[in-house]
Amino acid sequence: MTAENTIKITTATHRFIRALSLLALLALASCGEPPWNNPNPPPQDDLITYQSMISPTPPKHLDPALSYAADESLFIMQIYEPPMSYHFLKRPYELIPGALESDPQVTYLDAEGLPVEEDDEAVAFTRYTLRLRDDLRYQPHPAFARDAQEQPLYLFATAAEGEEFRQIPDFPETGDRPVTANDYAYAIKRLADPLNASPMLGFMSQYIVGMKEFSERVAELPRDAWLNLDEYSMDGLEVVDDLTLNITIKGRYPQFVYWLAMPFFSPIAPEVDRFYQNPGFADRNLTLDWWPVGSGPFMMVKNDPNSEIVLERNPNYHEDFFPTEGAPGDLEAGDLEDAGKPVPFIDRAVFRLEKSGLSLWTKFMQGFYDRSGETNSNTTGVFDQAFVVRPDGVEMSPELAEHEITMSPDVKPGVYYYGFNMRDPVVGGYTEDKRKLRQALQIAFLTEEYLNVFYKGNGIAAQNLIPPGIPGNLEGEAGINPYVYDWVDGEPRRKSIEYARQLLAEAGYPNGRDARTGEPLKIFIDVQSQAISNTSMNWIDRVFADIGVQVEFRPADFNRTREKLLTGNTQIYSHGWLADYPDPENFLFLLYGPESPLECDCDGANNSNYASEEYDALFRGMRVLPAGPQRDELVARMVELYRRDAVWLNAFFPKQIFLNNSWVYNNKRHGISKATLKYTRVDEDEREAKQRQWNQPVTWPLYAAVLLLASLLLPGIVAYRRRQNATARDIGE
Amino acid sequence: MLAYIVRRLFYAIPILIGVNLLTFILFFVVNSPDDMAVSQLGHKYVTPEAVQAWKRKNGYDLPLFFNSQERGGDALTETIFFTKSVKLFAFDFGRSESGRDITTDVSTRMWPSLAVALPTFVVGIWVNICVALMVVMFHATRLDRWAVFVFVGLMSISSLFYIIGGQYLVAKTWKLVPISGFNGDIQPWKFLLLPVLVGVIGGIGSGARWYRTLFLEEANQDYVRTARAKGASELRILFRHILPNALIPILTGVVIVIPTLFMGGLLIESFFGIPGLGSYMLDAINSQDFAIVRSMVFLGSILYIVGLILTDISYTWADPRLRLN
Repeated sequence: MTAENTIKITTATHRFIRALSLLALLALASCGEPPWNNPNPPPQDDLITYQSMISPTPPKHLDPALSYAADESLFIMQIYEPPMSYHFLKRPYELIPGALESDPQVTYLDAEGLPVEEDDEAVAFTRYTLRLRDDLRYQPHPAFARDAQEQPLYLFATAAEGEEFRQIPDFPETGDRPVTANDYAYAIKRLADPLNASPMLGFMSQYIVGMKEFSERVAELPRDAWLNLDEYSMDGLEVVDDLTLNITIKGRYPQFVYWLAMPFFSPIAPEVDRFYQNPGFADRNLTLDWWPVGSGPFMMVKNDPNSEIVLERNPNYHEDFFPTEGAPGDLEAGDLEDAGKPVPFIDRAVFRLEKSGLSLWTKFMQGFYDRSGETNSNTTGVFDQAFVVRPDGVEMSPELAEHEITMSPDVKPGVYYYGFNMRDPVVGGYTEDKRKLRQALQIAFLTEEYLNVFYKGNGIAAQNLIPPGIPGNLEGEAGINPYVYDWVDGEPRRKSIEYARQLLAEAGYPNGRDARTGEPLKIFIDVQSQAISNTSMNWIDRVFADIGVQVEFRPADFNRTREKLLTGNTQIYSHGWLADYPDPENFLFLLYGPESPLECDCDGANNSNYASEEYDALFRGMRVLPAGPQRDELVARMVELYRRDAVWLNAFFPKQIFLNNSWVYNNKRHGISKATLKYTRVDEDEREAKQRQWNQPVTWPLYAAVLLLASLLLPGIVAYRRRQNATARDIGE
Repeated sequence: MLAYIVRRLFYAIPILIGVNLLTFILFFVVNSPDDMAVSQLGHKYVTPEAVQAWKRKNGYDLPLFFNSQERGGDALTETIFFTKSVKLFAFDFGRSESGRDITTDVSTRMWPSLAVALPTFVVGIWVNICVALMVVMFHATRLDRWAVFVFVGLMSISSLFYIIGGQYLVAKTWKLVPISGFNGDIQPWKFLLLPVLVGVIGGIGSGARWYRTLFLEEANQDYVRTARAKGASELRILFRHILPNALIPILTGVVIVIPTLFMGGLLIESFFGIPGLGSYMLDAINSQDFAIVRSMVFLGSILYIVGLILTDISYTWADPRLRLN
């Protein structure tokens, strides 16, 4: 190589490195002030914003007539105000008036509609009189906008007229008005309208007087345009005045008051329903299902379920305050620090769609999400990183503790279980030997170990089918299942495997073999393939092997598993139930005879097909009794039957640990209600400081990448130039 | 050429009907309309009346293929298959099972998909071709052998590794860009950098190796030796002689992909939180939303057919000797 060539290459190399360095510097400069990894836009105003996520999928329905999922309630319950609500802090869960001035006034009526006493056998109907607060007012919305003639401003005859409006914020004019009793009646009529296909139609028709007839009548009407349901009456609904509504139901159903706290009974203004029926609106997703309109503390200002949903404070929300009372221990835990202060504390809540667990967790740890989850704690997947399990409970890992993150444990009012099919010829039946067989299997299934191994201890082994915090679940010795546990040294202790073997022998299966045929006892468990892992199947296999019983799993997808339950073609199945309301009835009905899919020819809840005349009679009695000792007695007897008959193989109450960054306050979890966003308080200054502190970018990899690229390319360039300048034959040869 | 394109478009009709039929059968083998209703109604207190009301509202209260209650042609047209399929050919995708307008969703979501897929595609091709040409230049040297070794190594690694590894290093450990998300309002490039980088790096192994094979085939041709004998520089030989002559197989693999870029990528979009069509399809499968699955498969088939036609047209551009008859 000549000296000239060497100089050329050196010059080119320097130029190349300079160009790369300049590029790297430009890239860094254009990133602006750290943190560069902030996925949230810089604040455009001084509104206090709560940063959260929707995970893993966006809500499907936000129409209160259709919605029946927790991730949907997360939004609906901030926007709408059903008649009843739940106390944020008190446990056991306490129902309180929501949109109502006071608790509903209950009147019992006979078949003639005349008032009778509560305990009168002539009770044929129950009338609930709802008296609304007089300061309820809808959020500003174009559906309420009026022109100079007081006519609705945005009613269009053709799709072309309203084509410019793609989203609700596109409408320049808005209006509002007070919420009336008729809006609540209209909402119930919407539940009955078959066009809306509400999941509550079939269930509520059993109770609300005239609902079924209303539904049948409306179904026959032509539906080529908006149908004003106000023009049709429902026998069970009576609008007494602007603030008073009577709802009459068939017979007695004290649990009806819980339903009044659910989104289904949220008010719907007829003009809002009319507005969304404008031609062409549905084609642009301008529907009540995507743009809810209510009087609650927040209103929806952006709904892009593919990306983010944004709620902002409703300027028309009535006066509301943080509770001044709580459950025992709340004061010490600091949950009453904001007692008596006006709510909501935040002005805006942004919920971004987050599908990947790694992203969600990273953003939470970087401080870009205020909490680890809303309806799901999202901590199960990162449990080992986040927590250290000690003998006295769970502690946060040092990294989390350093971030001053707080924990909010949440025992869901639900139950996960493996149930026996009581009609199965092997494990079903009500004779003593069948009971003993099931009890032996119950004892062998080490639920505590199962929870420790597969749920990191996040669950409570069930002694009962009613979860803690709900009447009917007793603590201490009185609350244990004496067929499976003994009370030893102040705690329940599972009976021994020897005792299980003895029960098995008494049931006709000594050492796990049929005493008559000598064949080994083999049980079949139907599971949803997505819901069980090989390791948990192996574990179950092993625990039953301890008593000589063989297990065969029959995994299938959800549809096939459901089909087996509907036809009773199962022996042992896995299932779960999350409560709609905190009443023992909502759990005890899981074993009510008429709820068996084989009895009702429907998707009944009694998948065990448990049939006990005594239980059913007790259930019917308990269902109509108000809370009190008499009802508690019936509940206790039903629980005893459940235990004696060993209807479920095992059960546990799921528990989750939600995490909160240090700048978020009022984090107590409410297992039933999602209307708690108004109590959330955020310290934005602390959040900004922590985000800056935790997210200083590491820039050396950028320079390293430039150097690596240069080290890869330069030898190539040098070799290329050498090759280009090489002679055909070396001069020296 | 016009006659050829028209003929190809007509050929597309039976293909689309076949694809639609197959999607329909596969979906309803595992899901009955009742299953769909229960899934959408929320599994609790689902009464037969509610199931019927849902089916009626969403047009699933008809028989699947043959309606024995009807006479004549109505026996075939008054079925779920016909009523759900025929509108697709008019590009009326209807509503998803949750009530959203699919056309609106598709038109909104294709842009984020394109924002990721297009730069990944363009930069990826450019990088792959450059790397392959460089390796070809050093053919039969130690560099070439090592390069092939590295390519095979890169190919063998799961794309999930690139995604999670990229997120872990660049976003979590070094905190250089957001780990996921997409926001058109604030510096959209900072959300795209990582997925594009991951997409390009993840594709280098297979892409560069494939191009290397194509280029090597051309590099041994007589015209290359002639060019070299005439004193053309190596760069000129690579970019002006070998690359144009290797275009036909490259176009076969590349042009067909262009229309489908709108459809996005399932993995990249899901992990990086890109609200595109790839994740739309994945969500629909998970939630048993047949309306979306059917529409997306139909759309994908059309774009694939368009890609095939464009590929044929591009051949005439790459090689003027070719004529489409």
